[in-house]
Amino acid sequence: MALLEVQDLHTRFRTDDGIVQAVSGVSFELDRGQTLGVVGESGSGKSVTFLSVMGLHDKRQAEMTGSVRFDNQEILGLSTNQLRHIRGKRIGMIFQDPMTSLNPVKKIGWQLEEAVLIHNDVPRSEARRRAIEVLEEVEIPKAETRVDDYAHQFSGGMRQRVMIAMALINQPEILIADEPTTALDVTTQAQILRLMEKLQEDHGMAIVMITHDLGVVAELADDVVVMYGGRIVESSKVDDLFVKPEMPYTWGLLGSLPRVDVDVERLEQIPGQPPSLLRPPRGCAFNPRCAYTFDRCREELPELRPAEGKNDHYFRCHLDEGDRARIWAEKQAAMAPAGAESAA
Amino acid sequence: MTQFLIRRTFWAAFLFVAASIITYVLFFVIPSCPACLAAGKAATPEIVARINHSLHLDLPIYQQYWLFVWNLIRHGSFGYSYVTGTPVRTLLSTEIPVTASVVFGGVILYLAIAIPTGVISALRPRSIMDRLGMVFVLFGISAPSVWVGLMLLYLVGFRLGWTPINDYCSPIPTHQLGNCGGLWPWASHLILPWITLAVGSAALYTRLIRANVMETMSEDYVRTARAKGASPTRVLIQHVLRNSMLQVVTILGMDLGLLLGGVLFIEIVFGLPGLGAEILQANGRFDLPVIVGITMFLCLSVIVFNFLVDILYAWLDPRIRLT
Repeated sequence: MALLEVQDLHTRFRTDDGIVQAVSGVSFELDRGQTLGVVGESGSGKSVTFLSVMGLHDKRQAEMTGSVRFDNQEILGLSTNQLRHIRGKRIGMIFQDPMTSLNPVKKIGWQLEEAVLIHNDVPRSEARRRAIEVLEEVEIPKAETRVDDYAHQFSGGMRQRVMIAMALINQPEILIADEPTTALDVTTQAQILRLMEKLQEDHGMAIVMITHDLGVVAELADDVVVMYGGRIVESSKVDDLFVKPEMPYTWGLLGSLPRVDVDVERLEQIPGQPPSLLRPPRGCAFNPRCAYTFDRCREELPELRPAEGKNDHYFRCHLDEGDRARIWAEKQAAMAPAGAESAA
Repeated sequence: MTQFLIRRTFWAAFLFVAASIITYVLFFVIPSCPACLAAGKAATPEIVARINHSLHLDLPIYQQYWLFVWNLIRHGSFGYSYVTGTPVRTLLSTEIPVTASVVFGGVILYLAIAIPTGVISALRPRSIMDRLGMVFVLFGISAPSVWVGLMLLYLVGFRLGWTPINDYCSPIPTHQLGNCGGLWPWASHLILPWITLAVGSAALYTRLIRANVMETMSEDYVRTARAKGASPTRVLIQHVLRNSMLQVVTILGMDLGLLLGGVLFIEIVFGLPGLGAEILQANGRFDLPVIVGITMFLCLSVIVFNFLVDILYAWLDPRIRLT
């Protein structure tokens, strides 16, 4: 039995302009200790999906249907008071922007202690001891003095470490990381990713890594889910996705990934804009931007179907196996390492 | 902190001098004859000249100003009223408590209304409470305080007879004949002025607090707190309130300074012998020492409240350092 099972999740928001269908029928599973990469551009519904799992949407605007089972218990539709005992205790979450995600008027230590005291009946001194301990664990130098500093006295990378410390302080079973490195510079990104890897080894929690950066996924994830327009468009083992992606949007994502071993004039980009979730296009949501669109794509939404000969690789696309294999082979040839070409 | 205090004191002194000079200059630019008023209707030019001399009004303006500064520094005196001869200091010491009672009581009342109303309507936008709050806000902003004061006076004070209709009582009990005192008489004389002051400001502050709380609720760190498992009450008290009070404190500080000189209408409507009523009268009589004295006091209170706001601000938000 998987630790987290999401079945046919739909999330809608009522806005003044109409209903925004942010997540449409998303299903996936997460096992203990597993790392799931969730990839997609802004507005693809990846953050909304996990905020729905945590029940963090404003109930007056968001409407969720489907099923979210955590440790065999249905948690979708639980009241805030019931969810409270899961949030921060069994599922921790960190967010994209560490600059704004910490309370500016409370000491770091206070915010860490709060996370302990909400879920555990321990004295404040014990909470403080744990706060210092977890700050040391996320490699913040001089943790016992920094604990009395405010968020603005930390750099971006250090703040993200504090956020991770806060999410981990109660030893959760799942850590949901919503673009944890997007707002950081490249060297800091690498440090944070390495830290998360190390913490996962030490604690064995499952990680959901929400990102738009396939490089991050390649480095950390076991499985990967690609989202587009509020739907999962491809899901597979991470290696498989990089070896043989099955649909045009994933091809585009891989083509736009910078690689040191390939000498290209310019990176490929996916033309156009993400689809409007207020008025989504008919048929396949990607059809207005896809180079291989044909009539069927404009009429009919492709079902999620398994790749040939595999039971852990699913995708949505109307192109048949032959076409997909041929197009991907061409793309790969274009992306082949520069050295290989000259050697031949 | 020390540097901050030194700089603040320097600024206060500068503002003081500037405000008093401006008051002096303005006074002499306006054609006026305080001596004529003091001398009465049938005054001869000789009497007027004599009064002018005794009030030092025959001296050049810079010498008069110097005399004022000298008396203030040497004797701590603001001089004497041209008209009644009462020391300005005596006037101030009896009038400041009146005005301060009106202002602080009113401010406490409107905060007591605006904070809960603002917070509740922010937490439940478009709810019944929010809509009722908005109706109240619209009424409060639209109704001029003079009208509100007169209506209250007529309905509550006169028709119902629940409260006294004018005058002021000291909060300190007194046994002197003809003087009233004590906490209850003080409050009963002031309750209508407080309500009058509160109606308009409570409306404004409700809107301000509502907007600030709503904005803070959408901050990332509030989402962090909810993701930690904090209860809605804890989120509100520990994470939202303090952060949303910054702007309120700024505006409150400015308001307090302004209100001390600005409750003039309320003082007049309710017959309260406060600073506002006094400065209005002094203006009509060209009573320069009184005008300067009150202006100086208002200037001081604005400086003091701004200072307090800065201190409070630094306490509320650790990102602000007093340097």
